[in-house]
Amino acid sequence: MINWLNQVISVSLFNLRTIPERMGSSLTAAVGIAGVVAVLVGVLSIAEGFREAMTVSGPDDVAIVLRSGADSEMTSGLSREEVRLILDAPGVARTDEGPLASAELFVMVNLPTRSTGTDANVPFRGVGQSAFGVRGDIDIVEGRNFEPGRNEVIVGVGAAGTYAGMDVGNTVRFGQTDWKVVGIFSGGSGSAESEVWTDSAVLQPAFNRSDSFQSVYAKLASPSSFTEFKDALTTNPQLKVKTLPHGEYLFEQSSLLTQFIQSIGYFIAALMALGALFGALNTMYNAVSSRTREIATLRALGFGSGPIVLSILFESLVLAVVGGAVGAAAAYFAFDGFKAATINWQTFSQIAFSFAVTPRLLQTAIVWAAVIGLLGGFFPAIRAARLPIAEGLRES
Amino acid sequence: MSESNGVLVRVENVEKNFQRGSEKVHVLSGLNLEVPDGTFLALMGPSGSGKSTLLNLIGGLDRPTTGSVEVGGDRIDKLSGRQLAAWRARHIGFIFQFYNLLPVLTAERNVELPLLLTHLSKSERRKHVETALDVVGLSHRTRHYPRQLSGGEQQRVGIARAIVTDPTLLLCDEPTGDLDRKSGDDILELLQALNRDHGKTIVMVTHDPHASARASHTVYLDKGQLSLEPPE
Repeated sequence: MINWLNQVISVSLFNLRTIPERMGSSLTAAVGIAGVVAVLVGVLSIAEGFREAMTVSGPDDVAIVLRSGADSEMTSGLSREEVRLILDAPGVARTDEGPLASAELFVMVNLPTRSTGTDANVPFRGVGQSAFGVRGDIDIVEGRNFEPGRNEVIVGVGAAGTYAGMDVGNTVRFGQTDWKVVGIFSGGSGSAESEVWTDSAVLQPAFNRSDSFQSVYAKLASPSSFTEFKDALTTNPQLKVKTLPHGEYLFEQSSLLTQFIQSIGYFIAALMALGALFGALNTMYNAVSSRTREIATLRALGFGSGPIVLSILFESLVLAVVGGAVGAAAAYFAFDGFKAATINWQTFSQIAFSFAVTPRLLQTAIVWAAVIGLLGGFFPAIRAARLPIAEGLRES
Repeated sequence: MSESNGVLVRVENVEKNFQRGSEKVHVLSGLNLEVPDGTFLALMGPSGSGKSTLLNLIGGLDRPTTGSVEVGGDRIDKLSGRQLAAWRARHIGFIFQFYNLLPVLTAERNVELPLLLTHLSKSERRKHVETALDVVGLSHRTRHYPRQLSGGEQQRVGIARAIVTDPTLLLCDEPTGDLDRKSGDDILELLQALNRDHGKTIVMVTHDPHASARASHTVYLDKGQLSLEPPE
């Protein structure tokens, strides 16, 4: 075994030391693989960033209640009576001012984007004063909070950066009403930073929503209170609602688009990988044929075919992983943190997010590079091991 | 390696055919050869006569179409590819016309290569390498790369690599074919010394009468047949 390992190591080192003699073709293969990895990481970082934007702050002690059968807040509807029953349910955290839960509604409004000027759907959410206590992590980063009962809005930092006119002090027109932008906020869960918020009691009449809501966000006494809260709601014959942990709801809301972007990413990367695979094959065939006599000499001396095959695969793997690492690093510097916005078809709202090149993504990229390298080295390695020794020794 | 009746190499009724396109080429037909232990045998013949093919069969680099090849009592034509590789590592030292050194390795690393197939420790390997390079007179060139050595010196490294595992049989394929007369003579003297002083059995393919004159025996190969007389 030691003997066998010795063979693999010494032939592999020999192969690696001959790379400078084949710099051109080795570089071509490495650069090809770097390109595949950069594109793969680039596209998948969109999906990753989108998913992070939707789920990064989904707290585990907040539940969302929707009408039974609703896929999202868009298709949900709750009456004031239903909201009252939900707020009184056991498991909800309470303060001196009452239950820590916010009955909310939202409508879609159109706003031009700063970059292209084209209109985009923006969620305009009406919240109760408890909304800030429920989320727990909302900071007003500029200006102030809206005052209840007034036509004032606060804007998420993502929305403020993406849409024109969303600056503190500006007045914007949504529906038939003018609204004054009084603050910019950060935090909140999921797509909150892509939204515009106001008092729900002001939003209802402005958009003819009478006394209805679409969701209730409830802070739970503790994460373990969820079951108690959910059971109380589902067993109440006066209510037809569904209850989800907020994180789970956010994950569901982003799953379709995340999957779509991921599929596109893998498809493009697979096409490019095919090209890189041929590049790697070419490089390794070249490497093998330029060393036919050396390989035959090693085999004549008694080196086995197995170590020869493994050493060629190892060389191919090294080239691929180096290329992959370069591609992944390039993608990290080019894409990580790049700001973008897209429409989430499940909610028809615009989501502002940043591309996220995560460690998991980099790991995936290196695995792709390694697979390309191994496939690219496999056939040349087999060829090297199968070539008759006497024939190989005659090569000049 | 055990020898049967003092015969180290026994080739019996060997036939070797190659397929060239649709044509079948008969290289060796019904060939018989015995090489006694301790012999320095020169194998001569014109180009294409099958000298190298015969050497490859004796060295386990190729297999006969029919017939048997026995070296030191081992029927090597019956061994599997893996067994044959291990057998070559243990028993055969190859010396090539163009030296076949690995260009990225120094002289001592080239010589060490066959020892990587043994269970020797690093220090033992170093000792063996020093001895082999000393035998060929290259103790002062151990750290040089092949490109920094003359043709004669490169062939000496090749010989050191062939003898470093102390094999019983040395197989040389035109060892002086790429050298000037002076360097060639030095190499032939070295081979003679290995045969005479170290008891190595040597089979050397050459078409140079000057080289074959250094051997203790010479056989001629022509049209796939061996004879003790040169072909007319």
